[in-house]
Amino acid sequence: MDLAIVIAVVLVALAFDYTNGFHDAANAIATSVSTRALTPRIALILAAVMNFVGALLGQQVAHTVSDTIVPPDGSHGLVVVMAGLIGAITWNLVTWYFGLPSSSSHALIGGLVGATVVASGVDAVKFTGIVGKVLLPAVLSPVIAGVIALAATYLAYRITARGAVTTVRKGFKVGQIASSSMVALAHGTNDAQKTMGVITLTLITAGALPANAGPPFWVIVSAGLAIGLGTYVGGWRIIQTLGMRVSAIESGQGFASGVSTATVILTSSHLGFPLSTTQVATGSIFGAGAARGPASVRWSLAGQVAIAWLLTLPAAAVVGAVAALVADTGPVGTIVVALVLIGVAGGIYAASRRRPVTADNLDELPVPPPPVDLVA
Amino acid sequence: MTINWGALAVVAVVSLAVGVLVVVLVSLALVGLSAREPAASADAAEGTPTTRGRLSPAAGTATAAVCLLGAAAIVLYGLFLIVF
Repeated sequence: MDLAIVIAVVLVALAFDYTNGFHDAANAIATSVSTRALTPRIALILAAVMNFVGALLGQQVAHTVSDTIVPPDGSHGLVVVMAGLIGAITWNLVTWYFGLPSSSSHALIGGLVGATVVASGVDAVKFTGIVGKVLLPAVLSPVIAGVIALAATYLAYRITARGAVTTVRKGFKVGQIASSSMVALAHGTNDAQKTMGVITLTLITAGALPANAGPPFWVIVSAGLAIGLGTYVGGWRIIQTLGMRVSAIESGQGFASGVSTATVILTSSHLGFPLSTTQVATGSIFGAGAARGPASVRWSLAGQVAIAWLLTLPAAAVVGAVAALVADTGPVGTIVVALVLIGVAGGIYAASRRRPVTADNLDELPVPPPPVDLVA
Repeated sequence: MTINWGALAVVAVVSLAVGVLVVVLVSLALVGLSAREPAASADAAEGTPTTRGRLSPAAGTATAAVCLLGAAAIVLYGLFLIVF
């Protein structure tokens, strides 16, 4: 087994974990930042630490890979896994550039499916697993979370109408901090596991670990650190979308949406029905926003997000397939794919610097194009 | 192809019940804590309904304590689910 390819897969897996962190930081802290329950910096530190702790606490290795595809044996299989990761990283970066909250897990599954189809044909993909475990929950989970957040927000406002405004607002902000922490913790437990699963599988394939081995300690710590570091960098573009652009979120709404997200994620993962944290969080924020009247939500944004969700699987699959096609030609192909990934990532980062979104300018929303004056 | 509709329905119903319960408990606790503030605060001036039906400070504190304990128990159970 070529040691270089094993190291390459491990590095690319950690890179995916890192993008997963900064892409999904918004799920936990977007509303806490927008209501100023937490300062942006403190919110990120909290989310990063919680993600890291969550990664250490996770008990079961995620089965994303084995549930989705049957990877070929040997280095051929490792190339497939690496190409799939590259598809996922690329889609995470593209959606981050546009500030769109899309599922990192779906991107990973899409990338793996695309790479597998190219390498081993359509038969190696477990399509029934994808429909039952990915597509159906993808449609239903944001709706369920949205309805819970809507009902909870409505009741919160009805009940606290009798309370003192300052006490209520302060109390909800404390509640937001707690619910954000829970979401970040649950995210670390779920999402860092995927990277650990991929790396462990790689090591098993390479013969460095016996079959059915759990992740070694260094894998757990490095996956936890990668997702924590990614979270700390903060995907401000997506935080701005979820925290500011969906709706002008108040602390009561932020609290209700956080509770809804945490509850749905915890219930589903406990019952062995893992859902996308991003989709649940997005649904919750739309639901909480709609509780103050449908007009208070920017529904056009929901359309954009829905399109991104629809495209996630096929887009990551196409990139994964192309990457597998090139990387499978040999060591030169693998190096070319790695260089292209670095180039694409650098290009997207450079493009993002033209309109940077940071902790300091979160309130400056992108200006929509001026309406066309039909009369004149 | 088997889709686990049962698990999905359980997730929806349990999440709805627990999520709404936590938010309601915290909201009630905040109403209770509000009773600890002086009655003739700015709220009355803003035309918020009156002191009628308003809890006494002691009753408000007790309500808040019970509700927050309930919410905390649910959160701790959630933590227990994450860790174990």
